[in-house]
Amino acid sequence: MSKTLVEKIWDAHVVKSEAGFPDILYIDTHLIHEVTSPQAFDGLRKRGLPVFRPQQTVATADHNVPTLNQLQPIKEELSRFQVDMLTKNCAEFGIELYGLGHPFQGIVHVIGPELGITLPGKTMVCGDSHTSTHGAFGAIAFGIGTSQVEQVFATQCLLQQRPKTMKIEVNGELGKGVSAKDIILYIIAKISAAGGTGYFIEYAGSTIEALSMEARMTICNMSIEMGARGGLIAPDQITYDYIKGREFAPAGEEWDKALAYWKTLYSDADAKFDSVLTFDAADISPMITYGTNPGMGMGISAHIPATGDQAVSEQASFQKALDYMGIEGDTELVGKAIDYVFIGSCTNSRIEDLREVAEFVKGRQKAENVIAWIVPGSKQVEQQAIAEGLDKIFESAGFQLREPGCSACLGMNEDKIPAGKYCVSTSNRNFEGRQGPDSRTFLASPLTAAAAAITGKVTDVRTLLNEPVHA
Amino acid sequence: MRKFEKLTSAIVPLNIENIDTDQIIPARFLKATTREGFGENLFRDWRYNGDHSLKADFVMNNPAYKGRILVAGKNFGCGSSREHAAWAIQDAGFDVVISSFFADIFKGNALNNGLLPIQVTDAFLAEIFNTVEKDHAATLEVDLENQTVTIVASGAQEGFEINAYKKSCLINGYDDIDFILNQKHLIEEFEQTK
Repeated sequence: MSKTLVEKIWDAHVVKSEAGFPDILYIDTHLIHEVTSPQAFDGLRKRGLPVFRPQQTVATADHNVPTLNQLQPIKEELSRFQVDMLTKNCAEFGIELYGLGHPFQGIVHVIGPELGITLPGKTMVCGDSHTSTHGAFGAIAFGIGTSQVEQVFATQCLLQQRPKTMKIEVNGELGKGVSAKDIILYIIAKISAAGGTGYFIEYAGSTIEALSMEARMTICNMSIEMGARGGLIAPDQITYDYIKGREFAPAGEEWDKALAYWKTLYSDADAKFDSVLTFDAADISPMITYGTNPGMGMGISAHIPATGDQAVSEQASFQKALDYMGIEGDTELVGKAIDYVFIGSCTNSRIEDLREVAEFVKGRQKAENVIAWIVPGSKQVEQQAIAEGLDKIFESAGFQLREPGCSACLGMNEDKIPAGKYCVSTSNRNFEGRQGPDSRTFLASPLTAAAAAITGKVTDVRTLLNEPVHA
Repeated sequence: MRKFEKLTSAIVPLNIENIDTDQIIPARFLKATTREGFGENLFRDWRYNGDHSLKADFVMNNPAYKGRILVAGKNFGCGSSREHAAWAIQDAGFDVVISSFFADIFKGNALNNGLLPIQVTDAFLAEIFNTVEKDHAATLEVDLENQTVTIVASGAQEGFEINAYKKSCLINGYDDIDFILNQKHLIEEFEQTK
């Protein structure tokens, strides 16, 4: 019988399937961090249980770590307590921890792929909704709550309903200044912040196939922003080339065996999806969000929709979002003065993102009214950036290169956007207060964020790409 | 996990769509390492001013609205996977959340904690909002066994869907870990075949 990629991987991990019950799904790799794990460890203690497969569990500290002076004790007491608790729990339950100071430390969704832990055909979970990032390798990867973290600790399994499947095809060549972030913001704007709920999405088509692994991760990362349980892309030569030689990737005979299996991981030509959507890459411009959920996005040069363009029942919520953002419907966003630029998060903090920003800002200067933070996704990304001299480029352009963590994506550490201030951010959520109480977020690509830092305003980066730069 | 069977209660209406988990419990309040106490910061930035005084126009601060049932606009609980959202709602005294659409992870987290998420039609949701606007003390009856929600004053009723397994978990007060642990031998057998 023909199967979709999701069905192939799912079926290979079903321990038990019984009518009237969710499947018992085996989990190959469990990633954990300091924020959503402590109550799960507590649960184990109360039940008197060990972690069933500690060697299939990997921990890092990322959500509330500082991005300056990481080797000094964390100043903020509750954050320090939570990070210390992770260290203690990992030691007690025998889990490998890449904590602060470790060369592998970083955002959980950045380190999995770069260490070769994320592999095609795996099932992977983490108490974090952006776990879908790992789907870029052709893995079933999804975010879970803390009760489920405890469940995976205790059994290495999860009770899960088989998901519905959706295929999103994007075909054709991307325009100048348009990147993976724009593709996913475009799709979410088209189908809404709830349009993927209940589905696992497979991204396909010639545009997706031409993307690097970093770009594919950006796409899969934001699947949750349309409500999807996960997103994935069939592995191909680009995937294999990325994985080969990484720290924990299979090698030698194991590699050959793994590769033979990975080559079976694609949706059969006549496989049935519950839903199929197709988009044309030529229709996608650099994108920006104007509202307070990721579905409220538009081509950067477009006009913000007016209240009244929506269904009557949605108008009050729409107007509430514009009021929060301090903007008006039916106006342009281009030219709007901004205060902060944040380049980072599990969506856009990989070496390729930093290289793209460096190439653009080289020989340029950030605007005086803007504070520009670049927060690498991991220690390895940070070291690579320094080795390539990107740190010098950022410094002379007036951008601060900080130390790795989730940072201003969710403002659990000191990196908060002040009340009322505007931030062009490469992160994944523009919810009210997400980057700090009463902060205002415009989501965009690294290139669009860099352009805003240079001009001090929301800017269509395409207008700067042909401009001569004096290095 | 606590058991759930039937509930008749007044409601707290929150007629806003796409309420994300950052509104339910902002990230800066996720630093506790136990499950208790999150209710204090439920809807923190809608409920309190920067100086910790109450925002008078927020529904939870209006003494006319009291109840164990939270009713909210569609796509409730979107965003982060933080189970703290379900804990906060429960800790603030709610047993049921009603909406016309729930985000997946929130719904799962709620069910795993004995907080019942009930999805109703857009029309029935509008009827609940209309009813409570006219009578702030209006009550709903939630019957899990028969899977119905009833507006007590008018008798208007709607059925709701719930996975049969999850329903039995709620009624009996047991959780997924109990269920899987009973089948551990199957997991070990499965690992041998991999």
